[in-house]
Amino acid sequence: MFPADLLYTKDHEWIRAAGDGTAVVGITHYAQEALGDVVFVDLPEVGATIGQGEEFGTVESVKTVSELNLPAAGEVLAVNETLADHPEAVNEDPYGAGWMVKVRLSGGLDGLLDPTAYAALVSAESH
Amino acid sequence: MPELMKTPLNAAHRALNAKMVDFGGWDMPVQYPAGILAEHEAVRTRAGLFDVSHMGEIRVKGPGALALVEHLTPNAVSQLAIGQIHYTAFLYENGTFVDDLLVYREGEEEFLLVVNAGNCDKDFAWVQTHAPAFDCTVVNESPATGQIALQGPRSLAILQPLTQTPLEPIGYYWFTHGEVAGIKCLISRTGYTGEDGFELYCAAADAPRVWDTVMAAGTPQGLLPAGLGCRNTLRLECKMALYGHEIDDTIQALEAGLGWIVKLDKGPFIGRDALLAAKAAPAARKLVGFKTLEKRDIARDHMPVVKDGAPVGFVTSGAPSPTCGINLGLAYVPTDQAVLGGRIQIEIRGRAVEAEIIRTPFYKRAK
Repeated sequence: MFPADLLYTKDHEWIRAAGDGTAVVGITHYAQEALGDVVFVDLPEVGATIGQGEEFGTVESVKTVSELNLPAAGEVLAVNETLADHPEAVNEDPYGAGWMVKVRLSGGLDGLLDPTAYAALVSAESH
Repeated sequence: MPELMKTPLNAAHRALNAKMVDFGGWDMPVQYPAGILAEHEAVRTRAGLFDVSHMGEIRVKGPGALALVEHLTPNAVSQLAIGQIHYTAFLYENGTFVDDLLVYREGEEEFLLVVNAGNCDKDFAWVQTHAPAFDCTVVNESPATGQIALQGPRSLAILQPLTQTPLEPIGYYWFTHGEVAGIKCLISRTGYTGEDGFELYCAAADAPRVWDTVMAAGTPQGLLPAGLGCRNTLRLECKMALYGHEIDDTIQALEAGLGWIVKLDKGPFIGRDALLAAKAAPAARKLVGFKTLEKRDIARDHMPVVKDGAPVGFVTSGAPSPTCGINLGLAYVPTDQAVLGGRIQIEIRGRAVEAEIIRTPFYKRAK
């Protein structure tokens, strides 16, 4: 539930740095479970520059809507176009097919949680 | 924080891995592992089983019972036959809502009032306040009562083998007493989903056996346990009011489009004078159904309806409609804008988006 190669935010986004200055971002298993069935993901324009912790989109489920905040500052290189027709991928495969944006990092990965710290946060929130 | 109240089916929900939420002080299942969309679809095409034991039951009995219920509600209680049910409300003197409820006529002098969970204490106090002028007893039976709703087109086929009571002859909004799985139940052909179905009232201690028996009988027919999440999308598609959304103590019965439960000629009742006055003057606002025009625009409760940037109304309920495949909502808008086919604007996170007023209910089952 907490893949080891990711870093996490307190708001339940994840980021996977590729090592070439780019990274992929999505929401966690815990987040998709809390949202329930996802019906729409509003994603930014390719080329947008977004700061760390700033909103890059929203995710709508049947019962609620949640802001998406970028875990690290960067420029949007790509968005997951398949989510337009298959938003359920966020529920089914949040760390894989349900990815949301790919960014070119412009800053560091400071202030993020490692898998152990994030697991502790989820444990605290769900009890 | 006070501990959440639990229905007699709490352990059953946890055994089914339900996601539990605080619903007005009750620990209730919002969904099971299948999810809201699958549960919604099950109710529309097969069947779903809901725990609604949190609802309140107030029994009024005695020679003055009919007169008390007539006094407290705008619908014509004397027109109810024994075994019949109607939808109605408790209104304040100014015509706004204490709550909405169902009235079951159990006998010439006996009525069961089924009220919203979150309002039950307030409702019970309201009935008690007015009861002394009438010769009757008022009992809050909620803690002792379990309630289970079986909803969907296969409800009758699932339930009939479990009871000797012939279900087919029970009309919509009628009820009878019988046994389900050997357990005494009030069997009511009602629901909050727009589908055929039954609501079963039993002793709280018996509720788990009724639940387990119906689940076991229904599962081979595609029955799913169904949570409050789909209960909301199902009722919204049918434009059924939800207290705290379409109706509350700031909204008058006629504004809410509930004129059909208000029988002004039945004689005096609380709120009648205000409603007579309201009927004489055109309402300033009206509840309408709308759809947003873009897939990304999902209106949610409390979002403002705007015109030229200024708020003129508000959304009471909004969600993507699983059955209709579009984003629906209900909103109060100025009467001059409440025109079928007309456009309104809803402010979603700072952005004014277009919506079209459309016919309600959004969904109606084929008879």
